[in-house]
Amino acid sequence: MQLQVLNSPFNQEQAELLNRLLPTLTESQKVWLSGFLAASQSVSPASASIDTPVAQTVEQPSQKTTQEISKEVTILYGSQTGNAQGLAKKAAAKLEEQDFQVSVLSMNDFKPNNLKKVKNLLILVSTHGEGDPPDNALSFHEFLHGRRAPKLEDLHFSVLSLGDSSYEFFCETGKQFDQRLEELGGTRLYPRFDCDLDFDEPAAEWLDGVVSSLSEAQGEIEAQSGSASPDHITATQVTESVYSRTNPFKAEVLENLNINGRGSNKETRHLELSLEGSGLSFKPGDSLGIYPENDPELVQMLLETLNWSPEQTVTINKQGDIRSLKEALISYYEITVLTKPLLQKVADLSNHEDLRALLAKGNEEQLKAYIDGRDLLDLVRDFGPWGSSAQEFVSILRKMPSRLYSIASSLAANPDEVHLTIGAVRYDAHGRERKGVASILCAERLQPGDTLPVYIQHNDNFALPENPETPIIMVGPGTGVAPFRSFMQEREEVGAEGKSWMFFGDQHFVTDFLYQTEWQQWLKDGVLTKMDVAFSRDTDQKVYVQHRMLEQSQELFAWLQEGAVVYICGDEKNMAHDVHNTLIEIIEKEGSMSREQAEQYLADMQQQKRYQRDVY
Amino acid sequence: MVKQILAAPDGPPSDVEDIKERSDYLRGTLKEVMLDRISAGIPDDDNRLMKHHGSYLQDDRDVRNERQKQKLEPAYQFMLRVRMPGGVSTPSQWLVMDDLADKYGNGTLKLTTRETFQMHGILKWNMKKTIQEINGALLDTIAACGDVNRNVMCTSNPYQSEIHAEVYEWSKKLSDDLLPRTRAYHEIWLDEEKVAGTPDVEEEVEPMYGPLYLPRKFKIGIAVPPSNDIDVFSQDLGFIAVIEDDKLVGFNVAIGGGMGMSHGDTSTYPQLAKVIGFCQPDKLYEVAEKVITIQRDYGNRSVRKNARFKYTVDRLGLDTVKEELENRLGWSLEEAKPYQFDHNGDRYGWVKGVKGKWHLTLFVEGGRIADFDNYKLKTGLREIAKIHTGDFRLTSNQNLIIGNVSTQKKKKINELVEEYRLTDGQQFSALRRSSMACVALPTCGLAMAEAERYLPTLVDKIDEIIEANGLQNKEITIRMTGCPNGCARHALGEIGFIGKAPGKYNMYLGAAFDGSRLSKMYRENIGEVEILNELRQILPRYAKEREDGEHFGDFVIRAGIIKATTDGTNFHD
Repeated sequence: MQLQVLNSPFNQEQAELLNRLLPTLTESQKVWLSGFLAASQSVSPASASIDTPVAQTVEQPSQKTTQEISKEVTILYGSQTGNAQGLAKKAAAKLEEQDFQVSVLSMNDFKPNNLKKVKNLLILVSTHGEGDPPDNALSFHEFLHGRRAPKLEDLHFSVLSLGDSSYEFFCETGKQFDQRLEELGGTRLYPRFDCDLDFDEPAAEWLDGVVSSLSEAQGEIEAQSGSASPDHITATQVTESVYSRTNPFKAEVLENLNINGRGSNKETRHLELSLEGSGLSFKPGDSLGIYPENDPELVQMLLETLNWSPEQTVTINKQGDIRSLKEALISYYEITVLTKPLLQKVADLSNHEDLRALLAKGNEEQLKAYIDGRDLLDLVRDFGPWGSSAQEFVSILRKMPSRLYSIASSLAANPDEVHLTIGAVRYDAHGRERKGVASILCAERLQPGDTLPVYIQHNDNFALPENPETPIIMVGPGTGVAPFRSFMQEREEVGAEGKSWMFFGDQHFVTDFLYQTEWQQWLKDGVLTKMDVAFSRDTDQKVYVQHRMLEQSQELFAWLQEGAVVYICGDEKNMAHDVHNTLIEIIEKEGSMSREQAEQYLADMQQQKRYQRDVY
Repeated sequence: MVKQILAAPDGPPSDVEDIKERSDYLRGTLKEVMLDRISAGIPDDDNRLMKHHGSYLQDDRDVRNERQKQKLEPAYQFMLRVRMPGGVSTPSQWLVMDDLADKYGNGTLKLTTRETFQMHGILKWNMKKTIQEINGALLDTIAACGDVNRNVMCTSNPYQSEIHAEVYEWSKKLSDDLLPRTRAYHEIWLDEEKVAGTPDVEEEVEPMYGPLYLPRKFKIGIAVPPSNDIDVFSQDLGFIAVIEDDKLVGFNVAIGGGMGMSHGDTSTYPQLAKVIGFCQPDKLYEVAEKVITIQRDYGNRSVRKNARFKYTVDRLGLDTVKEELENRLGWSLEEAKPYQFDHNGDRYGWVKGVKGKWHLTLFVEGGRIADFDNYKLKTGLREIAKIHTGDFRLTSNQNLIIGNVSTQKKKKINELVEEYRLTDGQQFSALRRSSMACVALPTCGLAMAEAERYLPTLVDKIDEIIEANGLQNKEITIRMTGCPNGCARHALGEIGFIGKAPGKYNMYLGAAFDGSRLSKMYRENIGEVEILNELRQILPRYAKEREDGEHFGDFVIRAGIIKATTDGTNFHD
């Protein structure tokens, strides 16, 4: 680094002298010198041979970058063939020799929300194909260039790019990282080097430059009193929000993708929403309420059947708010579910004989069968229309209810965000394809940048144990996985020491292992102690989570005896019921108890809040 | 003369050497990791060992990026390669492979450029069942990949069947006798109980290979002139059958060939094996074993990309290696006998061999056995296998010979051939019949560009130029690989392509039609438009200016379009 009056605390003469001296120093001389300066500062600041201007300039806000140079260095690599990875490991070894605390990670393994905590960042990345990032850099690259990239004013960085100059976009990825980090407010520790196939020498030169830049800065900071480490973000700062169920917050969609692989029978949406500016907060286990909109195609069919102008206005509430009929049917009224009171009102308005007959005493079974799986369009086609006006027609409809989804993220890990895991619901009934209102809104229409009215629904009956050392057992097949992703993120963030055991299941391993790479990482990092999975359609035998639990009944019971909390989330009708019985079976067998005793054991657990369920 | 002291290159052992050393003779933790249910993959270290068991982990690269976004691990799957010396399979073995491809694989079979079956898309939990069923068919996958001697090839020449049978027996013997001796394969896949206690002396486990096996893969092939279909000079160790008075009298020995190289690294290059002498048939194994031990002792174990035997030979010198070989043998090779190759492609259609038996060579584009929309190749071959009493011979050009068909059976088989319109390639240009492509995308982890999925389309377009210039019947070998490792022996194609990036290839010209001269790079990093533009210049000149019988690879050199590569060491010049 070339010192100038502008980028250093030195005056013109000092800068020139230093610029002449510094390049001639060997590595060990530099280390010695930085140690010497640091020591002389800390031992006797008053008598230090460095002039006052240094101290002054260091205190100036414009120089705060120097002040915050930390001993921690994060090295991220993006590597296709392993060269960048090899160099990253080399760089780490070299920095560790100099007593830096180094973490070296593939960009894939780095959690982007930790980026703001990083002070010194080295990026080693190759470029492949036509200027593309390597596979394991793709998501980080996208994150950094996306709308959620944080401001990085405290960051010091340097980039080493590898490439092949026979390609048109030589070292493009490295260039992009370098430029983007600068745009985000980062300060360059040392200029970027673009290496061709023959990278060893320039890479070594770059590394030397980086090490001496870090060491120089280090020498200065050690002269100062230790800088305060940034506060750890705590999970649930409970603050009041003006937003609520009745006054939902319009959350911007940041991400919306199908997380079932190609060829799956299922479609599960992973949604990331921004809560920025809402003041909303939640705990793992809480739910998010969503106010969806109806399918415009269904509304269109309804309007065509009714033969009313979509544009005529109706009053939608007591406050006298006015909407067009179309808009009211899309966003204000429930049109996909039939209820007995609704049918009653229709019968009153229309005097339709068949409908009256259906509602007559003694026909309860037929009524139930009619209501099941039918919607307003069916009702209009079968018994409508009713009412003399659109206003009369809508006045008997229910207001659109909200939908609750178990939150799939931790606020501590993803501040200002909330994530959801939503299974798309589609089925055929009564000769027509039916679609879940909220899930299909997410699956087919909701785009990043759109907003969704949301609120938080707290759930004290489904929460992590207060003591982070308490073991937890989580059973969450299918979208039941959602709250446990939140649990894991939270436990990782707070550094919980307690053991954890996850049971997950779905149809096929290859396509339906929801959040697979995250589970793998948590297992690898020890955040998750054990995981068992069951895929029901991969083999001849249908294997479900309860079968995996039974296979390990001895160990599972031992966990219960150690005080583990058991959580069940997901389908109520089959799964939760089977898992419940399996738990009793395990307790009976491993605890040598009678069926009644085992049931009592589980009931006691429930009493002690050690058996919690979020089932639907 | 001062005797040269032979030594392997200095340097710390490569990571793979460490892995092999720690592996307890190729066991590693394979048994355990194959049972893990959280990932369909296995750790890198075990995957390195897995190769020695004839398989390795791949993923479907078509969905790699989208799955990463979906928080799903790559679509991991195993490739499984059968060891089948000389490419000879019985009809019942064919039926087993056909069934396994549907049951556990991706529904197709790949006929490889080394005369064997490859299956793709096998999930981890199906691997053991697959290998056991292959074992039940009296085939195995041992040493089909890895740092050992690979599947031994031999000329699939139906013209001279008695010689072929004899040469096939030699290739089978070589393949069997050079197998690793560790029981790891039998323990991991076939549930053999591990024998308690480790032998006192390491040599007892692997008398020839030793605990580290070879520095790199090792390939052996036997050619029967005039056919050089197996590209004998591309082998680490090639044998050329010498026939006198219709009798096999022995083999010329050629050493130090290999196709692989790395882009941008001129210390790596394709090289042709060189003939160093002649040996009697009964000395074949001894020669092979001693050559292998030379590579075992002096090959580069520090830098894997310089570890093939060709680099050992070039570093030590051909004469030195020959001398060392003769020292180890305790006798000298005889002087090489004359031989004559005239092609390295296949000869298609029905031919009659000895003993009244017939052989049908089918053209299998890209070596892919599958049921395509309007071409039910896989089903057709299954039907043939059900009634066939001879054998199937997988050729080194990825084609298939239905061999040893009696006159009686010929009619029935021909009916099936017609019913399923199985082709001997006659309706195609000679260029297409002489085409070869490696698997590349989506399963090969090394591929930088398409090969098997793209070459047919490229040939469609080149065919237009071919037809416009009346070259439909002119055999020109065209080969494409997705990376520089050379599975399709690109450096011996008269027109060769190596993938550099999606849609971009280095283009090579000037290899000899009989496999005796390497090509040279003609254009770097070009796409389809440029490829076609180049050929629009060159092919018309070939059509007009070629001499009688002159092959394309020779013409481009005589015409000054490309300089001849006279040795692998000047391939990059």
